[in-house]
Amino acid sequence: MTAADVLQMTDIRKSFASIPVLKRVSFSLRKGEVHALMGGNGAGKSTLMKILTGVYTKDGGTILIDGQPVELNNTTAAERAGIAMIFQEFSLVPTLTVAQNIWLKREPRIAGTFINNAEMVRRSREILQELGVDIDPETLVGTLPVGYMQIVEIAKALSKKARILVMDEPTSSLSEAETEALFDLVNKLRTSGISIVYISHRMAEILTICDRVTVMRDGEGVMTEDCVGLTVDRIVEAMLGAGNTASFEWQDRAPRADATPILSVRNLRLPSRVNDVSFDIRPGEIVGLAGLMGSGRTEIAETIFGRRAPVSGEITFDGRPVRNQADAIDRGIALVPEDRRKMGLVLDHSVRDNVLLPNLARFTRAFMVQDTEALKTVTRTIRDLSIKTDGPDKLARLLSGGNQQKIVLGKWLARDPRLLILDEPTIGVDIGAKSEIVETVRSMADKGMAVLVISSELEELMAISDRILVLHGGRIVQDMNRRDLNSEEELHHAIQGHHIGPSDHVAA
Amino acid sequence: MMQDTDFNSATPVQRDGGARALLLRFFRWEASGILIALAILFAALAIATDNFLSAYNMSVVARQAAFVGLVALGQTLVLLVGGIDLSVGACAGLSAIVGSIALTQWGLHPFLIIPFTMGFGFALGALNGALVAGLRLNPFIVTLATWEIFAGMTLVITQGYPIRPLGEPFTWFGQGDVFGVPLPVAIFAVVSLVLVWTLAQTRFGRNIFAVGGNRDAAVLAGIRVKRVEFLAYGLAGMLSALAGILYASRMDAGQPSVGEGWLMGAITAAILGGTSLRGGQGSVVGTVLGALLLAVLANGTVLMNVSGFWQRVIVGGVVLVAVLVDLLRRRD
Repeated sequence: MTAADVLQMTDIRKSFASIPVLKRVSFSLRKGEVHALMGGNGAGKSTLMKILTGVYTKDGGTILIDGQPVELNNTTAAERAGIAMIFQEFSLVPTLTVAQNIWLKREPRIAGTFINNAEMVRRSREILQELGVDIDPETLVGTLPVGYMQIVEIAKALSKKARILVMDEPTSSLSEAETEALFDLVNKLRTSGISIVYISHRMAEILTICDRVTVMRDGEGVMTEDCVGLTVDRIVEAMLGAGNTASFEWQDRAPRADATPILSVRNLRLPSRVNDVSFDIRPGEIVGLAGLMGSGRTEIAETIFGRRAPVSGEITFDGRPVRNQADAIDRGIALVPEDRRKMGLVLDHSVRDNVLLPNLARFTRAFMVQDTEALKTVTRTIRDLSIKTDGPDKLARLLSGGNQQKIVLGKWLARDPRLLILDEPTIGVDIGAKSEIVETVRSMADKGMAVLVISSELEELMAISDRILVLHGGRIVQDMNRRDLNSEEELHHAIQGHHIGPSDHVAA
Repeated sequence: MMQDTDFNSATPVQRDGGARALLLRFFRWEASGILIALAILFAALAIATDNFLSAYNMSVVARQAAFVGLVALGQTLVLLVGGIDLSVGACAGLSAIVGSIALTQWGLHPFLIIPFTMGFGFALGALNGALVAGLRLNPFIVTLATWEIFAGMTLVITQGYPIRPLGEPFTWFGQGDVFGVPLPVAIFAVVSLVLVWTLAQTRFGRNIFAVGGNRDAAVLAGIRVKRVEFLAYGLAGMLSALAGILYASRMDAGQPSVGEGWLMGAITAAILGGTSLRGGQGSVVGTVLGALLLAVLANGTVLMNVSGFWQRVIVGGVVLVAVLVDLLRRRD
């Protein structure tokens, strides 16, 4: 440890239910440093940060702050040690003003009882001015744009005299202009000696703003290096692990490229993020949509499904536009949403009821649901997708993530859709169920179903897609045949906005 | 989000000074609509009837507003933390009966009856609070159940008969006046002022808004959320009991029917005053104005010789209009 280290975490261990999540992880932070923390889902980043902010207690290891050992057993202790987590928006009360939020629970008072509102506003204004932002402390937080909420969070942390800030995906819901403004702010904080742990998936962003990078994989720190001279390739390699890149085998399905497209998207523009997107999908084709979190992928999917109205542009399915969601479903479009617990399932209903939900009309005769007939379909779905459940009457809530996802998939497949849209289909799904889902989708595509897959897991896109579209800056910047792609790194590059390899065409 | 979002140039804050800004601020205020409505109604009734503005009639209106108003203030606190209390009316009734019994049968000093009853009401409210805050049960269901229990207990205790007479000097609290202001009205005014100040100037008040505005954020800020919720229900019970016992004092009888119909009045007054059912938004001033508006409406229908049966239709209509106005205000 060097003298300038503000924070030194050494050999941190943590297990949940005797499964080790952190195996002797070390992490240090210098004064005035922006230190990126990277790693895939389940690498242990958030566990490590929760230990730092006092949400979890470590099982072993030491934490030094300014060279002094500290025990961060609860959030108050972490706060006292000068550590603050910057939440994006959820930790603010929208119905209170900026000043009231900054000083919540710590309001300056007169004679120990009456809140000194004037003083509160004055001190808030001071902090905000120091940050160089022009936000009126008396504005209601609920009326601020998302980008400003994070600033209020930072102001709140500074008002607590925090010296170490943890920022978790700080730009994921920001526009480009807001991101730039945030970077200015981060630089300002760095100059004033504040240290920042910066968690992000965006490579380009990290190489721009950070001083050092630490990569975690499977609960271990696998790399810590200065950003100067570091390449995206090095980071990606550290994140994935050498030789661990091909757990799914890609199959060259060679779908017919001359078939008439079933879905055509032309010059699609949405209220946020998506400027000009055009692409086609043909029957039997599996098309992957790659792009950063927050690049508008979900919004595109929902627009195709009739959930959102585009600002301009045209979407035709079978040559006709989709009017609304009911129309989309009627005509054979199915959407497996990103948040299955919220949007895909009625968690407190049985497997049977969930599978039947979009299929009820088919089993209804004279206003009565034909139970026996319906049950046959449910049983077949459970069998075909090998959903592990005690029976059709088990509550969806009680099933594992993978089996829940199979229900969502199954309820749509029971309708024999002609276009299936999968939004992050394998989040929280174990590896076994994952490959089963991939198998099912592939076999449906072989029978002529068109598929659009959105995923942040490049490995998955590489395994399943016949063609991959890369979304960047609100446009499709690349439209590549999978067989022209040699490695995940290439795709990674493309998503970060670099042009690579041979491509069919580039939408302007 | 492609518009200019540089933090320095394009702030969402508008700082145009002068009368226009003041006017804008007034319209942004939740209670602005009801203040205008009340003013219009006042003017209309003053013109249309001879005796609306008479001192006697004003005291009738104010007294009517005071009882429901006290209950509405408690309800406002509960709504602000994001809950609802359906048991307030029944709590007022049961408390009034217990207070009356304490006076007539237990021989408690007349001047101690009101604090005693308020304490009892707080305990009833605390029961709601413990169930809702402590066990995280749904407030609608919990208070629906305690409403029945409180109302039923009232009947069990009284067997349906009023407890009377309460006699001097206790009846002074409900019937007497200070400097020409009926005592219940004076008490309502004092309680309102104390609450306005509590909500605006104390941490407890700020915490109430924070808990209702975003419970998770309140927890993260280190606020003892459960205690805040618990206290809100306790205070609602206490204020309901105060209204109930004052009403009994005024009637010189602890009637089993005290508090019937106060629940709807209390919620209506709070909503008319701009308190949000989702919590975190609202004001005491708004609720006071809401209670006044209800009382003026009731009084106006009598003075205008409108059938009493129409009164509820009119109140319902006013609430719908208020909700629509609020919707427009939010959209700017």
